[in-house]
Parts: sequence; structure tokens; C-alpha cells
Amino acid sequence: MTITVIEPKPVSFVAPVVAAAGAFAGLFVGTAQGSALLGVIGGAIIGAALTFLFLTIFRQERAARWITTLGMAAAGFAFGGAMGGVIGLAFGWFFGWFIFWLGEGRYRAKLPPYTTSLQVFYHFLFRVICGMIFFFLITPIVVVMPLSFNAENFFTFTPEMLRLDPDGYSLKHYRDFFTNDDWQQAMWNSISIAPIATLLSVSFGTLAAIGLSSEHVPFRRPIMAILISPMIVPLIISAAGMYFFYSRLGLQGTFWGVVLAHAALGIPFVIITVTATLVGFDRSLTRAAANMGADPVTTFFRVQMPLILPGVISGGLFAFITSFDEVVVVLFVGSAGQKTLPWQMFTGLREQISPTILAVATILVAISICLLTTVELLRRRSERLRGMSPG
Amino acid sequence: MKLTKTLMATTALTVTAVAAHAQDMADSMTLVSWGGAYQKSQVNAYAIPYQEMHEGLEVVWDESSNEAVAKLRAMDEAGNVTWDVVDVVASDAMRLCDEGLAMEIDPDEHLAPAPDGTSAEDDFGDLLVSDCFIPQIVYSTTFGYRTDMVPEGVDAPDDICDVWDTETYPGKRSLEKRPINNMEWALLCDGVAKDEVYDVLATEEGQQQALDKLDEIKDDVIWWSAGADTPQLLADGEVFMGSTYNGRLFSVIEEQDQPVAMMWDAQVFDLDGWIIPEGLPDDRLARALDFIYFATDTQRLADQAKYISYGPARASSAPLVGQHAELGIEMAPHMPTDPENAKNTFLYNYEFWADYRDDIDAKFQAWLAQ
Repeated sequence: MTITVIEPKPVSFVAPVVAAAGAFAGLFVGTAQGSALLGVIGGAIIGAALTFLFLTIFRQERAARWITTLGMAAAGFAFGGAMGGVIGLAFGWFFGWFIFWLGEGRYRAKLPPYTTSLQVFYHFLFRVICGMIFFFLITPIVVVMPLSFNAENFFTFTPEMLRLDPDGYSLKHYRDFFTNDDWQQAMWNSISIAPIATLLSVSFGTLAAIGLSSEHVPFRRPIMAILISPMIVPLIISAAGMYFFYSRLGLQGTFWGVVLAHAALGIPFVIITVTATLVGFDRSLTRAAANMGADPVTTFFRVQMPLILPGVISGGLFAFITSFDEVVVVLFVGSAGQKTLPWQMFTGLREQISPTILAVATILVAISICLLTTVELLRRRSERLRGMSPG
Repeated sequence: MKLTKTLMATTALTVTAVAAHAQDMADSMTLVSWGGAYQKSQVNAYAIPYQEMHEGLEVVWDESSNEAVAKLRAMDEAGNVTWDVVDVVASDAMRLCDEGLAMEIDPDEHLAPAPDGTSAEDDFGDLLVSDCFIPQIVYSTTFGYRTDMVPEGVDAPDDICDVWDTETYPGKRSLEKRPINNMEWALLCDGVAKDEVYDVLATEEGQQQALDKLDEIKDDVIWWSAGADTPQLLADGEVFMGSTYNGRLFSVIEEQDQPVAMMWDAQVFDLDGWIIPEGLPDDRLARALDFIYFATDTQRLADQAKYISYGPARASSAPLVGQHAELGIEMAPHMPTDPENAKNTFLYNYEFWADYRDDIDAKFQAWLAQ
């Protein structure tokens, strides 16, 4: 199908590129072993040498790739035990593939034939930068997960863990989370506060958004600005203000105080997402419904609501996560009886660095992934049902 | 005859007063502490036995001692004090007392006498450093080091100045990110005699001298701000030695089984104890006082040492310190106050730091930022 010509590239081009990649990989290995410079130089030399070997003397792709993968795995195992072996295996597989991908010129296969070398370079540079940003964002979250299975009471990759020894791993921090009264209390508080706060923010936020998008409402912009101010004002200031205000009303330190505070924080998210969906909402539909004798409430629930539902749901999701993640306001407005999960994690992290926090973090990440996946699947399903997207 | 009558009348009055109190006491109580192993020791030694004596009493723990001063100020401002008994370090208790946020305590009226009849005032002795403060424990800030990172053929560090000796003991050190303790240690290792440390530190030159001494190891220092940091860094092998509270080190060594040992030299004693916020309603105040009377008696203070290696604040409790509740090891040798450990010690100088803290803090932070 493709009309792009794939031709082998000269070693003089491939070797420096692989050497650069090798130097980059060597930087990490070297830093872990105590000498970044040595790692960079070693990585570059190995990369260049392998390229030269495979592209000139031993040009047998399948065999060469097996040799690099297994060879690097063996070398990694010799230097760094089981974990080193796994890392070596991954590096070996990558470099075996990378050398031939470049050397055979396959990297151009999916690009139009007229692209210049510079365009090809930018194309892949863009991907590499995207990959690195992704790596930068995701690594802190991923690192937490293996640590939560630590058999020790510290945030440490023990030698047993690095050797992949089963004794280095345990579920005791998960057990601690599910049996410890403090954590259980905090979890129930979070689970009972967040949905009620979400419900309040979704109801009020949606109503406000609908009102603010009607043209006849005076002072729409100032009202909007005030309503979304909890999102803009630094949290610590809202928290201090709420503390004094709620204390006078007798709401400070009560369940409903925390719920109301969280609802106030969640409302701006709902307003913004619902307002955005209302932009695409055709007002003549409500007029048509009225024309057919539906009262405004029926019109809202039967016509308007189903159409703006995606905005309402994603706003609700944000409101839920705001309440579930929030630590500053609850520290002020709540009392020890309303201790939520983030509060417990916050004090736990300060007073006693216990991997139970990591276990909780892992569970929360898993729940968030499930929640977002469900919402995304629901969204796609509804789009498919409405025939908005093919497949 | 008259005397007996008066005595009997007083006793009767006291009894009725206590009975009346029992009825008017609030049935829930919010205790504020530091969380972690320390709070657990208080739950086990004080709260659980107290709840067994008073059925239906609800005890809520708030782990906010770290920001107790700020929060009590805010509560006072808002006219809504939700805490009943608050655990704070002595210097915070003094501040709260000065600001009128903590209630003044009369030791002989509010605290139990020792079993042999010694009055509470004499039993606590010098540790009653403020009118509002009810001492609970003596803890110390001291150093722990990795035993497996001591170079071969070298003796383990046993002198505070070994912290500065990065040639003999290579590796990072962790020090608290504040001038208190660090400045004293620096002067001590710069040849200042122990009893002159605070005289020197009161002068501009003395402060500069201490910072210059700290400058020698600045590149090798990881600064900590939470008590849990040094244990984590030691367990990681990230630092060779670090300062923290002795109870944290006890937990690392004995409970978590890490290759760490104590270096008690030049440890700095400090006190931790209870205060009762000013302006509690009568029923809650009665409950708080009743709890304090129980929780700071001789036996209860000794019981706490079963769970954590902090020394009880009463002289009469020391002989009662027994074995660790779970590990079964003798706790006395792990106490900072044990004669073997307390050969060279400081007591946190409350007056000095109350006067100089702001000034030296500013200089220290400026030096840190250089």
C-alpha cells in the first residue's frame, strides 16, 4: 500500500543516534550506580558498538535482536540481580529493535514520501517530548504502587524488593488500612461526605448555570464571577473565612458544615462544565416543548436535562473528586469527628511516615481509574446510541 | 473536737462536690495530640483505662498538636473552643499561657499527689515550667546513626562533634530545620564550654560563630521538619546520622529492627504535657480536670513508658517503669533520663529561646537560603 521507499541507512547516521539514546539510558543506570558520567559514556559506547556490529558484520535481524535482549538481561542480572535483569531485558529488547528500525529505514514507513529529513526529525522529536512529559506526570504515581507492598514500615525499596524476593513484599499495609479504626473512620467520613456534597453542588450548580445562560438575567457576568470565585481564591483564604463564618452559625465541626463547605467548592466546576454544554444547546427545543404543552419542569427533565447530561456528569465528577481530595478546608471547618481520608493521610505523612498511606493512595488511584473509565465508556455508549460517532 | 468536726465537714463537702461533678461532666471529650506511636501510647495508658472507669464516655482524638497554638488562637477569636485537653510542648504551653489561651493550673488542687503523699508540686518539681502546663513526659532530641555505615576499623560515633567529622564518618547528616539545638551543638563543637553556650549565643558574634560552624557541614546536611523524617532517612540509608526525638529512634531500632544505634551525647531534654484551653463550659471543664487528675497520676505516667521510650515527668513514676508492652524488653535503659544515657545533656532553655528565637530564626533562615 505504501509508496514510501524504505531503504537501509548508513552506519554513520544510525550509530550516533543509537549512541545518543544509549547515553540517555546510561544516564539513569549510571546515576543509580553512583556515576552519571560513566553511565553516559558507557551507554554511548555500547550503543555505537552494537550498531556497528549489527549493521556491518552481523546483519541478521532476528538473531541479533535475541542476542541483544538476552545479553543485556544477563548483564543486568550479573550487576543488579533480578531487578537489574528485568531492566536489562527491557533495554536489550528496545535497543535490538531500535538499531534495525533505524538501520533498515523503517521509521519512514508511515510517513508521506515527500517529508524532508527535518520534518521526520520533528515528527519523532515531538513524540519523544510527549513521551517524556507523560513519564514525568505518571512516574510519581506509579512509584507509589510497588512501595505500598513493602514488608517494612518505611518508604524504602528494600534489597529484598529489588531482588524480587517474595519476602520483601506483603499486604500488611492494606490489612492495616482495612482493620485500623482511624483509617476506617476516615474512609466512612469521606464516603458519606463526598456524595452529599456532590449532590448539592450538582443541583445548585446546574440551576445556576441554566439561569446564567438565559439572556434576560441582569448582571450575569458579575454573578458568574462571584459564583466561581471559590475556584480562584486561594483555598486557605476560603477555608479561614468559612471557619469564622461557620463558627458563628454553629456549623463549625459538624458533618453538615463540611458538606456545605465542600459543596461550595464543587459548585464552580459544575457551573463551568454545564455552561459549556449549554452553549451547544438549541433553545428552540424548549420553545417547541412549551408549544406542545409541557410545563417548564417537564421540559427541563425531559428535554434539556438529557442533552446537557454529559456536562452535568463531568461537573459532578469534578465536584466529587474535589470533596474527596480536599484537605485544607476540612482541616478548618471539620473537627476530629469529620476526619476525612486526605486529612488522615496528611497527618499520617507528617507524624508517622507509614506505607499505609501508600496503600490508601494505590486504592484511591485504582478507584479513580475505574471511575473515569466508567464515565468514558458511558459517554461513548451514549454518543453511539445517539449516532454521533461511528462504531 | 472542733478540729475533727471541721475536718469531717470538709470531707463531706468534698464528697458532695465530687459527686455533683460526676453528674455534670460532659459525656464526650476531644483530646489533641501528635498522632503516631506517641498518641497510641496515650490512648493505651490513659484513655482506655479512663473510659473503662466511665462507661458511655466518648473520646475523640485530634492529631493537631503541631498547629495547636494557631488553632487555639483561631478558636478563641471565633468564640468556639472545641478542644478539651491539648498536648503541647512546654514552649507552646508558655506562649498559650502568656496569651491567656490556656487555663492556669494549681498543681496541689488539680493534680494527684504521689502515692507516698508527696504533693504534686514537689513530685513534678522543676518540670512545672509554666502555670498552665501539666508535664507528662521528658523526651530528648538526639542522634541516631547507621551501624552498618560506620567505616571499618573506626569506633562508632559517641561524641556530638562526630557530626562535624565528615572525614571519619562520611555520609549525609539530617538536622532539624530550625536553629534550636543545632546552634548549641555547633558552639559546643567549636570549643565553647557547655555552661557558656547561652552567653555566647546571646551575642551577634556568637550567633555568627555557630552559623560558621554549621557552614562546615552545610553541604552534607538534609534538613528535616517532621519527626518522622529522620527515621525514614536512616532506614533508607540516605543519611549516616540524624537528629530526631529519642522515641522515634527507639521505634526504628527496637520495633522496626533497623541497623541503627543511639548516640546520646549532648541530647537536649524537652518537656511535653497537657494544657486545658481557657473558657470551657462548666461540664466540659469538669470532665477535662477529672481526666487530667487521673491521667497524670504516678501509675499512669509510668504506664505510658510501657509503650514509648519517653521518661515520665513525675519523680515518683521512675521506679515503676517496667517492660515494653509488646516486646517485653526493659524500658529503663532506653529512657533519655537513664543515668547511662544522660552523661552529657542539655535542657531546652525556654527563657533564652523565648527572648532570642525570632532574631536567631531570621538569621538561620537567611543562612540556609545562602
